[in-house]
Amino acid sequence: MSNPKPDISVNFAGIHSPNPFWLASAPPTNSGEQVMRAFDAGWGGAVWKTIGAQVTNVSSRYSSIDWSGQRMMGFNNIELISDRPLEDNLHEITEVKKRYPKHAVVASLMVESKREAWHTIVQQAEDAGADGLELNFGCPHGMSERGMGSAVGQVPEYAEMITAWVKEKAKTPVIVKLTPNISDIRAVAHAVKRGGADALSAINTINSITGIDLGTLIPSPNVGGKSSHGGYCGPAVKPIALNMVHQVMSDPDAALPISGIGGIATWRDAAEFFLLGAGTVQVCTAAMHYGYRIVEDMIDGLKNWMAEKHFDTVEDFRGLTIPKITEWKHLDLNYKIVAHIDEQKCIGCDLCYTACWDGAHQCIHLDRVSGPIDGHVELHRKPAEVEAMSKAIIAVTPIPKLDPPKALQEPYATPLARIPRVDETECVGCNLCSLVCPVEDCITMIEVKTGLPSESWEERTAATLTGKGH
Amino acid sequence: MRKITPQVAEIVERFPDLHPPFAAQAAVVESNRCLNCFDAPCTAACPTHIDVPRFIKKIATGNLRGSALSILDANVLGASCSRVCPVQVLCEGACVMHRYNKQPIAIGRLQRFAMDAFYASDGVLPRKNAEERPQKIACLGAGPASLAAAAELRQRGYQVTVFDKHPLPGGLNTYGVAEYKLPLPDSLREIKLIEDLGVRFRFGVEIGRELSIDEIESQFDVIFLGIGLGVMHTLDIPGGNHPGVIDALQFIADYKTGRTTGIHGKAVVIGAGNTAIDAANAAMRLGAKSVTLLYRRTLGHMSAFDFEYEHAKLEGVTFHWLAQPVAVHANEDALSSIECMRMEIAADGSLHSVADSNFHIDCNIVIPAIGQSPLLDLLAQCSEVRLVNGRVAVDRATGQTSNPKYYAGGDCVNGGREVVDAVADGKRVGIAIARSLEATHV
Repeated sequence: MSNPKPDISVNFAGIHSPNPFWLASAPPTNSGEQVMRAFDAGWGGAVWKTIGAQVTNVSSRYSSIDWSGQRMMGFNNIELISDRPLEDNLHEITEVKKRYPKHAVVASLMVESKREAWHTIVQQAEDAGADGLELNFGCPHGMSERGMGSAVGQVPEYAEMITAWVKEKAKTPVIVKLTPNISDIRAVAHAVKRGGADALSAINTINSITGIDLGTLIPSPNVGGKSSHGGYCGPAVKPIALNMVHQVMSDPDAALPISGIGGIATWRDAAEFFLLGAGTVQVCTAAMHYGYRIVEDMIDGLKNWMAEKHFDTVEDFRGLTIPKITEWKHLDLNYKIVAHIDEQKCIGCDLCYTACWDGAHQCIHLDRVSGPIDGHVELHRKPAEVEAMSKAIIAVTPIPKLDPPKALQEPYATPLARIPRVDETECVGCNLCSLVCPVEDCITMIEVKTGLPSESWEERTAATLTGKGH
Repeated sequence: MRKITPQVAEIVERFPDLHPPFAAQAAVVESNRCLNCFDAPCTAACPTHIDVPRFIKKIATGNLRGSALSILDANVLGASCSRVCPVQVLCEGACVMHRYNKQPIAIGRLQRFAMDAFYASDGVLPRKNAEERPQKIACLGAGPASLAAAAELRQRGYQVTVFDKHPLPGGLNTYGVAEYKLPLPDSLREIKLIEDLGVRFRFGVEIGRELSIDEIESQFDVIFLGIGLGVMHTLDIPGGNHPGVIDALQFIADYKTGRTTGIHGKAVVIGAGNTAIDAANAAMRLGAKSVTLLYRRTLGHMSAFDFEYEHAKLEGVTFHWLAQPVAVHANEDALSSIECMRMEIAADGSLHSVADSNFHIDCNIVIPAIGQSPLLDLLAQCSEVRLVNGRVAVDRATGQTSNPKYYAGGDCVNGGREVVDAVADGKRVGIAIARSLEATHV
């Protein structure tokens, strides 16, 4: 079979996979039957639902945050590790590897913090045929109360120690899954790197309480009238995950091959993780929401984007964005942009106007009809005055016969009076208006040449300190 | 007030909701689609300036009581307006979504959703001032304009009495709106809220007959004229007074009150306004074999809204342009046909009849919908209330007439517009009267 470009197969810390899309250790990888169907759907790898001492789960287990009519913007669970017998899981890992030798099967492990226990589970997983091991140091609920999961991942010394124990035994690559429920994720990354970890995965779920039923006053998920804090994931957590992946990958003492996790639902999300250095990505919530089939567009979309960008492999673009994220003190203070409103595209919702007045710098005005006045706030009609004028108008139902339509002299589809105007002398280029504008490319931020050389805050203050500044 | 009589089953069946209500989740999805514009064009377009994004976003958050109260604060007939307003030329017509290449927000249906929830939870209208005030206001006519003025004043503690010659309140809202838009009991249910505020109603009272205008003037501090318009113009042609000729408003009131539950044979409607369309559609639904609408001019001159015309076509109404009725013919007692002549429009726009062009249309019922006359006799009794072209002349902002004791609003001022226009007038006047009473008596 030919291997057409782009080639999205990956070698992640020695684990080979036909593509970088893995299912995260979670309900979608709870059994061999599921993992095989997932591979049939196109997933390149699967991190098995965490195995260890068998647990009992509660019902219910999940809750979510809906936003603006959309379901599951954020997702939360209080499910523990696998509640199936260890032998069944091991047997099924063997079966899956036999039938799908080219796919990546990673065993996620969690046992009590004893060297022998870790040695035993490592042996069992590798004997079953796992291609790699992922140490679950991140699960934030339930297991942590028993001294496992994030109870380990929050203490660098424990994490380092257990990683070292595992490395004493393991023949396959060892991935450590990091918890975000810590002040600086790099502290644990440093520790497990010292402990000998081959790779990292991040992030695990974030401690959360998703909500409270305002009728019963019971939080969700409701387990017989009570709830427990859970682990938050889904699209809402992606920005947090991206930042943490970047923190790790931009720190030489922490950086290792990393499998990106957190709110990934599309190829676009995945590409962003790769650009920040991830070698694979792991998906859970989106697969729980829509099923395994979502991987088809993840593969297809990534390949099409790579072809368009002339990237032949994931390695060609992996990490390219890491250096573009710096500390604030290195940003150019003399770079200036201002908002520009496209009158042809503006629909007259005036959300940019209210956003700029209440949430930014009072430099968008509704004065195209009365004539522009650039400059300070005091010169302009304020939002309440604009609204009061509209409410004072006596409006009537237009009747075709009685009210012939006035000949419109308006240059644009939207009445000029409703197309806001940006006072560029006052605009600070904050982006807010372009973010609230519902119309694509209607408000764009345009660079204004300041004629000044690039100068960061660090440079400016250094210059002042050495007396070279003015 | 009287018990609200249930509708006749046959009418309910023939006139189901034209725009069915939203299911709860669909309402939330739709309300989330609203962009929440600043100084929203929908609000500006509404004659009563309902704060549309505000009530819509309250639906999205599940604050249905707050949603309904924000509607009622601007428009006390928010429930009927949500169903009878020509939203295509008002709020929904102004929606910025049109320029976004998307359907406008279904504002009318969302407003109905909030109002239905309000009724389902036995909501009551709030007072705007807890104090009782002694001044008495008479509202003549119990249509939308008077109801709005009465509610606005009563909510501020004034003593308000509404007079109407009909046995039921609501004016055209009760007797004249197509039943598939607003069923009669729903109009009465809405007015019940105003009565519950403490507004007194006196029905079956015709001013100038049972009660003189002088008596009213002596008993009340302020008089609001919300009398609407009078009877419809009659068909002034041979045979025009045949019992088979029934004017559109009477025809509509008859079926809405259950006096007519079905018609037989072919119907002809004369006129091209919204009332003509309502009558034609009703005739179809009541079982007419065919309904033909005659108009002496053409489609382009029609005063009905475009969407009403489109709707009538879907109902099966046939339109016959450039036809001027000249006689109604009867066969013994039954109507047999209407005789028309063809018209033509000259290059200068003037209308002329075509010689020897008479033709007959078979029909068993003729429904003229050719406008209403003003209530000149009644208005003549109101001393020093100046009229212009048969309409009461008012100060637009306050509704005050040339006689400072009299205020006016609704159809008797604007010549016949929408329910929402009457409500807006009544509300403005109510506020203006309250202001003037406060200023003079404090």
